Amino acid sequence: MGFLIFVAAMIAKKTFNIEAIREDFPILHTSVNGRPLVYFDNGATSQKPKQVIEAIDNYYESENSNVHRGVHHLSQLATNKYEDARRTIQQYINAEHSEEIIFTKGTTDGLNMLAFSIGQTLEVGDEIIITEMEHHSNIVPWQMLCERSGCKLRVAPINSKGELKLDAFCSLLSDRTKVVSVTHISNTLGTINPIEEIIEASHRYGAVVIIDGAQSIQHMKIDVQTLDCDFYLFSGHKVFGPTGIGIVYGKKKIMEVLTPYQGGGDMIETVSFEKTTYNVLPYRFEAGTPNIAGAIALSRAIEYLNTLPLDEIEKYEKELQEYAQNELCKIDDVRIIGKASNKTSVVSFIVDGIHPFDIGTLLDKQGIAVRTGHHCTQPLMKIYGIPGTIRISLAFYNTKEEVDILINALKRSLQMLR
Amino acid sequence: MIMTLEEKQQDIIDEFAIYDDWMDKYEYIIELGKDLPLINEEKKTDNRLIEGCQSRVWLDSEVKEGKLFFTADSDAIITKGIIGLLIRVLNGETIENVATANLFFISKIGLQEHLSPTRANGLASMVKKIKMTALSSLSK
Repeated sequence: MGFLIFVAAMIAKKTFNIEAIREDFPILHTSVNGRPLVYFDNGATSQKPKQVIEAIDNYYESENSNVHRGVHHLSQLATNKYEDARRTIQQYINAEHSEEIIFTKGTTDGLNMLAFSIGQTLEVGDEIIITEMEHHSNIVPWQMLCERSGCKLRVAPINSKGELKLDAFCSLLSDRTKVVSVTHISNTLGTINPIEEIIEASHRYGAVVIIDGAQSIQHMKIDVQTLDCDFYLFSGHKVFGPTGIGIVYGKKKIMEVLTPYQGGGDMIETVSFEKTTYNVLPYRFEAGTPNIAGAIALSRAIEYLNTLPLDEIEKYEKELQEYAQNELCKIDDVRIIGKASNKTSVVSFIVDGIHPFDIGTLLDKQGIAVRTGHHCTQPLMKIYGIPGTIRISLAFYNTKEEVDILINALKRSLQMLR
Repeated sequence: MIMTLEEKQQDIIDEFAIYDDWMDKYEYIIELGKDLPLINEEKKTDNRLIEGCQSRVWLDSEVKEGKLFFTADSDAIITKGIIGLLIRVLNGETIENVATANLFFISKIGLQEHLSPTRANGLASMVKKIKMTALSSLSK
């Protein structure tokens, strides 16, 4: 009996085997410019495990049909798979109800949806708070809303380490604050924001809190009920799923009273020329034929994550980020942009006197994919007084050996450029 | 001896033929970028600036006896090196030649990626502006 319990425990224990994980990602074995690919642009998009690629193939080979509208076998099959995908995602982020999970095109699409639908409830003088480290996608939709509605956008500042000044944030909160929309993890700096405190403080003023999870869902376990955020958004392609699919989680009691974002098929209950009534959640926010294959493949990516020891992975990614940051600091004239004490998976840096574009180009020629530029955070670059950075963004399939390859390639590039 | 547009381009293709490694090729481009002071500092004004998403390019041009002469610069040295090559090919050419130039050497030496609009280094816009300059000079 004791032996059986031991065997069961061994089977249940998920092990972190990086070689096995790397085998699951076919693209990691390709070459670029004659060198083995080192992929450090995971913040832009992650690579896909073969399980996800197979799920897309399988859908179009044997399951393809439209959802929610056919009595025939394939339509039922596609519908079941699509709704199963919703439940997989619900369980992964521990949402209370499956109808709180809305399929979107991605985080940008979700933020535009919320800016529109929540925007319908706002009045002149109402305020929306964001932070200085937001991605353009969490700035521009709110600016557009402010332009058409007369609301005011308030921006919470950061300190020189790239951390949110929580006191300054709290002092912006007032009875006029209706929406607080903040990134969980900065895509440019890697800063992990104290969203628990932000959510709690904002709720004291009755504000709705939106968490942009585009850079956090792939690095840590998210529990939307424990967080108590009103909305949590992410993109499928950054969490090992396909492009063109994303998620808005929204609390049911808030979502139920919001105006739908787009009109069309599936989101209606009845249509007449005089008056249209809307469908129930989640369909009222999913107008038109959705990205069915994308939703199913995203749920496959989530299932894949479920097979991995996420706590161990979170720790590993943080260690890898610290290792990369420390090794970079040893190189002359390297300046790390974003030194938050709580950060993960992203290291942004510049080299004094050398343009990031030149470094990015030479790293590419040595097989290393990094991103250079402003990373869709131009206001943040302005605060730092720089045109852009070189950004390394890591995933759990990256290794210390790859960091070493980067460091050597960077040294060689700098020799050429100096 | 005055070289034709085609000959100048072939000259560059021959120079690059000795490099079979990407890093050597780029080392040469970087040296070209370092060597060339391309535009006077006082001419680096906003009206001469071509804003790329990543690196920026300044371009100035003048017409002397029906021929076009360009000076340019960039804040990124690789961009600057490639600009040096473009200017070497186009400087002193007639307005008509510049307007209709087929810059085949760029792809022959493997640098076409730098002229793709997605590269966002200002070079694609620079070539466009060079051609526009020639076309507008032509219509005067």
